[in-house]
Amino acid sequence: MYTEKVMDHFKNPRNMGEIEDASGVGTVGNAKCGDIMRVFLKIEGDVIEDVKFKTFGCGAAVATSSMATELVKGKTIKEAMLVTNKAVMEALDGLPPVKVHCSLLAEEAIHAALWDYAKKNGIVIDGLEEPKEDIGEEEIPEEE
Amino acid sequence: MNEIIYLDNAATTQLDKAVFEEMQPYFVDYYGNPSSVYSIASESKKAINLARERVSGAIGALDREIYFTNGGTESDNWAIKGIAESYKEKGKHIITSKIEHHAVLHTCEYLEKQGYEITYLNVDEDGLVDLNELEKSIRKDTILITIMFANNEIGTIQPIKEIGEIAKRHDVIFHTDAVQAFGHVPIDVNEMNIDLLSASGHKVNGPKGVGFLYVRKNIKLKAFIHGGAQERQRRAGTENVPGIVGLGAAAKIAYEQLEERTKYLIENRDYLIDQIEKNIDYVRLNGHRTKRLPNNVNFCFRFIEGESLLISLDMEGICASSGSACTSGSLDPSHVLLAIGLPHEIAHGSLRMTLSHSTTKEQLDFVVKQLKDIVNRLRNMSPLYEDFLKNQNK
Repeated sequence: MYTEKVMDHFKNPRNMGEIEDASGVGTVGNAKCGDIMRVFLKIEGDVIEDVKFKTFGCGAAVATSSMATELVKGKTIKEAMLVTNKAVMEALDGLPPVKVHCSLLAEEAIHAALWDYAKKNGIVIDGLEEPKEDIGEEEIPEEE
Repeated sequence: MNEIIYLDNAATTQLDKAVFEEMQPYFVDYYGNPSSVYSIASESKKAINLARERVSGAIGALDREIYFTNGGTESDNWAIKGIAESYKEKGKHIITSKIEHHAVLHTCEYLEKQGYEITYLNVDEDGLVDLNELEKSIRKDTILITIMFANNEIGTIQPIKEIGEIAKRHDVIFHTDAVQAFGHVPIDVNEMNIDLLSASGHKVNGPKGVGFLYVRKNIKLKAFIHGGAQERQRRAGTENVPGIVGLGAAAKIAYEQLEERTKYLIENRDYLIDQIEKNIDYVRLNGHRTKRLPNNVNFCFRFIEGESLLISLDMEGICASSGSACTSGSLDPSHVLLAIGLPHEIAHGSLRMTLSHSTTKEQLDFVVKQLKDIVNRLRNMSPLYEDFLKNQNK
C-alpha cells in the first residue's frame, strides 16, 4: 500500500518532537477526521534553523510530516514557502490517492507555523495565507 | 520478520486441514454435476446431502430448511430483499439496528429507496439493542426484524432468544445475520424463534465462497437467483460442491469441539483483555465484557490512530484490524463505534484482535509487549497526548 520511502519515514520519523522556545507553532487538522499535525519552527534571521513535528494520524500522516519537515529544515522562509504538498509526495515516491490529503495537511502545518511566527513578529510573508481552521473537513479531489 | 501471529479471525480463518481433505475428492474425482444421473454425479449429490444434514444439525433445523449460497452477504441480501418482496402486501416496514454489517445496512438502504421504511434501532454503550425500544418500534405494517446475532467489530452478542420471542408474539418474521456467531456459539433456531439465519463458511475454518441461509419451512421466500431447479427451486445455479462439502465439514468440527474451544478461547480472550488493561493506560474495551464472542477483543487506545497502530503491529508480524477511518477509505470511523457513543477521535484509535483456537498465551504475551511499546511510541508522537499531559499538569 505504501512506498518504501513512506514506510521508512513512518518507522523512523525525522524531526519528531517539540521545540520548547519555538519561534512559531502551527496545528492543523482535526481529531474528528483522524489527522492532526503540529509543527514547531526555530527561525534565526530568515532561516529555519530547526523544525520538529508531532502528528496524530495514519502512516501517511506521519510520513508526510516527517518529509515536509526534512524539506524545510535549513531553508529560508522564502524557500520553505515553495515546498508544496506535491513536493512532499514526490519526495516520498507517491501516496495512495486516499492519502493525498495528508500531504496537503503537512504543507498546511508548515504554513500555519510560519503564520504564527509572522504574527508574533509583525512581519508579512509573501504568499502566506491565514491557515484554514479545519482542513480535514474539506473535500479533497481524488487525484494522484 | 517474526512468525506471523494471526489475530484477524473475524475477517477470515485458516481452512482446517481436515476440512480441506474432505473437500479434495470433489474437485477432481467426483466432479459430476449433482443434477445428473450417472454415478459420479450421485456422489456429489450424496456429499451435498451430508453437508446439509451437518449444517441443519448444528442449528437444530430441518434439512430442507437449509439453502446453500455463496456466502454471508448473499444470504443477508436474499433474506431481506426476499422477505420485503414476498410480504409487501402486509407492509413495508423493517426493523434493524445501527450496528449491522454493511451486507444488512446497505441492503436496507437500498430498500428505503424502493419505498420501504426502515427503523434503525439504537444500541447502548456495550452495543446491545434495547428490547423495549424494539417492541415499541413494531407496527401493523412491520414485516421483518433483522438483527445480527453477534457483532463483527465489538463482539457483542444480542439477546437473540428474547428478540425471537418478541417477533413471534407480534407475528413478525425474524432474520439474524449469524456470520460471526455460527460455529462460535450454540444456536437453536427453534428455541430462539429464528425464522431466517445467514452464515458463512470461511469464518469457521471452512472455505471462502460458500454459506447458507436457513429459512423456516412456513416462510414464503421468493427465489433470488433464477435458473435451474437447485436448492428446491429457490437458489438456482450448479452447486459449489467442494465448497458445500467444506462448509458441512467445518460446521461439524466447530460444533463437536464447541465446548472445548469456547472454554479455551474465553480464557485467552479474558487474559488478553486483562493484560492490556494492566499494562497500557487510557484504553477502553469496546463491546460487552461477558455477552461477547469468545474470540473477540476490541480496544480503543486514546491519542493514537488505528492505521498507524496496524502498520506498526504488522512490522512485528501481528495481523489485526481497526475501525479507524483510514482503514475504511472514508473520513468517518466505524459506524459501530460511533453507534456505541464513542467520539470520533477515540473511535479512530480502535484495534480489533480476534483469536483462534490455535492462538497461544505465549503469542498473546508477545502481542501485549509489542502493543505497549507501539502505543508508547505513537503517543510520544501525538499532539493530542501532549495536550492531554499539559492539561493534566495544570
